[in-house]
Order: sequence, then structure tokens, then C-alpha cells
Amino acid sequence: MNVLPIGSWVAVAVDWIKANLDGLLHVISTVVSFLVDGLSFLLLMPWFYVVIIIAALIAWLVRSWRLAIGTVISFGLIVAMGLWVPAMQTLALVLVAGAVAVVIAIPLGIWSARNATVRAVLKPVLDFMQTMPAFVYLIPAIVFFSIGVVPGLVATVIFALPPGVRFTELGIRGVDSETVEAGQSFGATPGQILRGIQLPLAMPTILAGVNQVIMLALSMAVIAGMAGADGLGKLVVEAISTVNIAKGVEAGLGVVLIAVFLDRVTASLGSLGQHPGSLLGVLARRRSARRLAAASAVADQVPEASLEEKELQHA
Amino acid sequence: MSETALEARHLFKVFGRNPNQAVRRLKAGETRSEVADAGTAAVIDASFTVNRGEIFVIMGLSGSGKSTIIRMLNGLHEATDGSVLVAGDPITGIPASRLREIRRDRVSMVFQHFALLPHRTVAANVAYPLELKGIGKAERLAKAEEILGLVGLEGQGEKLPSELSGGMQQRVGIARALAADSDILLMDEAFSALDPLIRREMQEQLLELQQKLQKTIVFITHDLNEAMFLGDRIAVMRDGRIVQIGTPEDILTDPANSYVEQFVQDVDRARVLTAANVMERPRPVVSENAGPRTALKQMRDAFMSATYVVGRDRKLIGIVTDRDVVKLIRRGESTITSVLKPATQVVDEDEILMNLFIPAVESPVPLAVADAEGRLVGVIPRITLLAALGPGPGATGEINLPVLPLPQAEVDAILDDGWTAPTAGNTPTTSPTPDAPNEEITR
Repeated sequence: MNVLPIGSWVAVAVDWIKANLDGLLHVISTVVSFLVDGLSFLLLMPWFYVVIIIAALIAWLVRSWRLAIGTVISFGLIVAMGLWVPAMQTLALVLVAGAVAVVIAIPLGIWSARNATVRAVLKPVLDFMQTMPAFVYLIPAIVFFSIGVVPGLVATVIFALPPGVRFTELGIRGVDSETVEAGQSFGATPGQILRGIQLPLAMPTILAGVNQVIMLALSMAVIAGMAGADGLGKLVVEAISTVNIAKGVEAGLGVVLIAVFLDRVTASLGSLGQHPGSLLGVLARRRSARRLAAASAVADQVPEASLEEKELQHA
Repeated sequence: MSETALEARHLFKVFGRNPNQAVRRLKAGETRSEVADAGTAAVIDASFTVNRGEIFVIMGLSGSGKSTIIRMLNGLHEATDGSVLVAGDPITGIPASRLREIRRDRVSMVFQHFALLPHRTVAANVAYPLELKGIGKAERLAKAEEILGLVGLEGQGEKLPSELSGGMQQRVGIARALAADSDILLMDEAFSALDPLIRREMQEQLLELQQKLQKTIVFITHDLNEAMFLGDRIAVMRDGRIVQIGTPEDILTDPANSYVEQFVQDVDRARVLTAANVMERPRPVVSENAGPRTALKQMRDAFMSATYVVGRDRKLIGIVTDRDVVKLIRRGESTITSVLKPATQVVDEDEILMNLFIPAVESPVPLAVADAEGRLVGVIPRITLLAALGPGPGATGEINLPVLPLPQAEVDAILDDGWTAPTAGNTPTTSPTPDAPNEEITR
């Protein structure tokens, strides 16, 4: 028997929100579907090989020419399986969901890093968001936004948010306290310390969080398909309901290929310019070589000057 | 010159649940461990003044509260009780924006682990305080380059901090603090993370810089040798309290309690004590007008083979040796000026003992100590120099040994006519000259 009908209370709350905040929900719905539709339109507008070349260039820029080749092969596979359109729809959904989650997560992470009360409140909330079975979010999301891409995206954002907040908080609190003190001791304002010291030094950790956010968002893409969002997820759901092995495997493989691409690219963001094979890395090496050459040229001049002085003294 | 730059009045800092209650109880006379239930007392009733242009060292073991104190001097830690005044202006209990202004313009800090911004170049690090002051990019980078030259890092501005060694990184830290152009420099264990050789070099450089710039420096260290070497005055801390404030010599020769005494037991005295601390009354010394017989008598009384000769104003003009004097007596001459040789080893009275060893070994007679005007103010026999380095009371006073060992110079003289100065009467005497006084003492 159910002594404590928590579920019914939440249902009442959901009904109340639906009844009273309809305007807000409508705005969210419009904005989100505009973003996702817009991005998938952009991805599908040019010839598919244009998109593949751009993706390969990005891979080369941040990681290596090997990843670029891998990208061409895996995207080629998607095209060959006839999954290009749903794959791009899924990519659009994941990118928008990831972007929204990051935009919410980073300020929350910064806030909780600087305020113990916020941290104490946020911690159980984040635990809740991460451990609640993701399907459960779909129910109120469908109530709010009806069937389509929007409830899928909202559920995805909620599910993917926590690691973004956690990594941001961890990164900022992990910045060497002496370095922060150095900023304070020279009279920097809290904002200057955040922008000039904490965020730059926490960036690798924050970007690791972004990588996690995007991977979680991708894992939610299939569940979003249940709510009616177009894309690979929808194909998987269809394959399950018709027990179509071939279709299921192909759609699943498409998700895997996109996941690998997104993971490698976002993982490299944290150490931008440090991968020896990447375009950025090559450029960075050239720059530092030129810099060192300039510095040693200056250093060479100094002893010469002092030698001359000595000779003058002898004369 | 003794204008106050920085003053701490009855500073308390308690971390923990109930700091104010802890302070009240500490003021009422309870000890640090008795108030442990209310909080951890890091600093208890610390008062001191730092004069303009001096290096004030706060020394203590880890956990003695010295790092907490220095952070209260620029408000990084808020004092639980008491006040800090920077040139007379209180920095405790003022709005955050005013405190930031003071940090920007009047007090800067050097950190133990350098605390450089790793994503910025060396020049941008040095320019950081100027950036916070709102100075334009070109101007602040020019200033940064100038200051990098001051600390010996010219041409390194374009490198990243991680490309420099530890010592060089800390020079960047010092340059950054200097760039702020503040009168007061707080240095929190600034050299503790460096290896010993580099540390010594940095200490010497700091003193050099200080001579040029005349900043007011508060230096935190746990290393007594460093404290003694750098400090004009030293505050010794123990368990949150300042137990003694004084000059390095005060602390060394007159420790306030057994804790300080224990602390100074293994200090490297050679780097702290100066010639003036250990010198003895100049003993074999005669006036330039004195006759050879007086000189010889002086030497015999002092058991020495040579004597210092001073002018009427006590200015050191040279030495004469017993052999030369004996010859003069035999020839029946009445003045000693003809055999006067320049004194080769003369040290300044402010010289630390460390730098006296070589001159003392090279000098055939007790080392002459002269003041700034060149007057002979004392001598240091080798035995005194060695004894001064040993522990124990009276080590720094005059030492009278029952029997003086045979001075090395005389052995040299007998064996090979060792040291004949290039000037005056170069008459080699191989015949055994009267060494009677020395034979007397070696009996």
C-alpha cells in the first residue's frame, strides 16, 4: 500500500505547471525546436561529402590526420548504410542538447565552487538527476511539450547536466590556492580572478566535463527517439518494436560511429595544441620555436655586450 | 629612517567554530590547548612594528602561525581581533574595495611555490599587477622587461614559466612583486622551495636588490640561517605567539627563553657573527714612534713573532717582525720605520666570520680588524675564530686560553723564512733568530 503518495504529488505539481506556465513552456519549445531543426537543416543542406570534409578538417585541427581519415571512413560508412539523414538529425540533437547543458552547467559549477551553501544544495540534486532512470524524465517532458524532439532534448539536457557542473566545480576548486592568493594579493577583484586565473587554469577539467556531457547526451539520443524525436534513436525504437535485427544493428552502429567521432574531438579540446599530429599543435610548435629563437638571440647579445665592456675596461 | 611602515597590534587569528569566544578566553589567560574546543588559535596576541627600509624576518617552525600572520598583513586572512596598519592606515575592518586598492598600490607578495600564472608568459606574469592597476599593454610590458632586467632575467620574457628553473621562476615572482611598485614586500617562505645552493644565491641577490631599492620587506622562513643572514630584525614565533623580537645578534647571544636558545643552538654562527663580535683587544701593537726594544717587548709579552704598528690616530700602518727588530737592535737603530711591512690581511669589523677563515689562515699574526676609518680596533687570533663557532655561553666574548699554541707563522719562519713582504729590508736571515718567547710557551 502506498502511505506516502509522492508520485501523485509530483503529478499534481506537473499538472499545475502545465496549466499555469504554459507560456514559458511554449517559448522553450519554440526555441529548442528552432535550434535543432535549424542545425539539422544546416547539416543536411550541402552535399554529404562537404559535411564529411568539414568534420575531417576539425578532427585534423584538434587531434591528428589519422583521426581525420577515421572520420572520413566512419561517416562514409554511415552514408553507405543509408543512415545519413537520421544520423545528422541525431548529431544536431546531441550538439544542441550538449550546448544547452554546458551553458547551464558551467555557471552552476562556478557558483557552487564559490559558495558552500550552493554546493551543499546542489550535490543531492545532481545525484538525483544522474541516478533517476532517464525514461522517467520523458513522462513529464511529454506532458509539457507533447511528442517530438523537444521532450527528448529536455530529458537529455537534464540527464547530461550533472557531470558538467561537477567537473567545473572540481576544476575551479582544484586551482592552486596560492595562485588564487597571488591574484588577491595584487588586488584583483573576484571577477578578475575568475576570468584571469580560475577559469583558464580549470579549463582542461571543465572541457573533460564537456566531453562527458556530450557522451551522456548521445547515450540519451536513443531514449529521445522514444519521445518521437527524429534520428537514429527513432530507428532503434522502430527496430525493437518490429524485432528487425538488421535495422537495429545498422542504427546502433551509426550511433557508435558518431559517438567515437564526438568523443575523440571533444577529448582533444582539453589539451588543444598539445597533440603533436594536430594542425594546431604544429602551429604552436612553430610559434614557440620562433619565440625561443628570438629569446636566445637576445641572450646571445647580452654576453657580447658585457665582453665589450670588459675590453673597454682593459683598454 | 626608523619611520614605521607596517604595524601589527595585538593580532589574533583563530580558525574554527567560535573564534571570538576563543579570543576572549585567550585574552583572559587561557592557553592555546585550553581553547582548542572553540577553535584553533593560529596567531595569539602578536604585536610588532616594521620600520621603513628594513628586512623584518618572522621565523618559526611549521604550524607556528607565521604564514597566517603574513597573510593578515595584506588582508588575505581577516584578523579575528587586533589591527594591522600600513603606514598608519588600518587595513582591518575596511571595505573590500579599499583593501584591494591597498593591495594594488602598497603591499605586494612573493609566494613559496611562486604562484605564477602558468598560461601566461613570463613578461605577462610580471605585468600582471600593472594590468590590475589598469595600465596600458605597451607600457606595462615595457616596465616588465625593465624589471626582468633588474632580477637578471633579461630576454626571458617570452618564455612560459614552466620553461624556467625553480630559481628563475622565483625571480619572476620577485619581479612581479616589484612591478607592483609597492613599498612593502611580503615574502612567504620565498626561497624554501629552492635547493640550497640556489637558495643562498637568491638570498644574496635579495640583499643586493634591497640595497638598490630600499623596500620594506617582511620575510617568513623556518630556516634560522636564512633569518640570520637576511634579517635586520627577527621575530621568533612559537605556537602562535611571538617569543622574541631582536637583531640576529640579540637572538643568538641573548635568547629570551630556552625555546629560542634551543632554536639557535645549531645556527651557523659563521654566517651571523661579525668580526666585531669576536675580536679581541689588539695586543701586540706599538706606535710608529716606538723604538725596536719596545716592539720586541710587546711581542714577547704577547707570545707573537710580529706586532702591528699604528699611527698617532690609531690608523693601522703595518707590521714589524721580531727578526727584523732584533737586527735593528743589534745595529743600534732607534726607530722601527725602516723595517715596517704592510699588513697584508686586514678585515672590516662588519665582515661575517665565514669570510675570515681564508685571511686568518694566510695571516702570520692575529687577523687585524679595522673600522671604517682604517683604525685598528681589534685582532682575531685563529684560535678565537674557531672557538667563537663553538656553542655555549661566552663563546662570543674574549677568550683566554691557558697556553697559546705555537703560531703557525713562527714555524714557517723558522723552517723557510716563509713570509717576507716585498717591501722593506729584504735581508734573508738563515741564522736562528731569537725565538725565545715561543720556546718558552712550547715547553
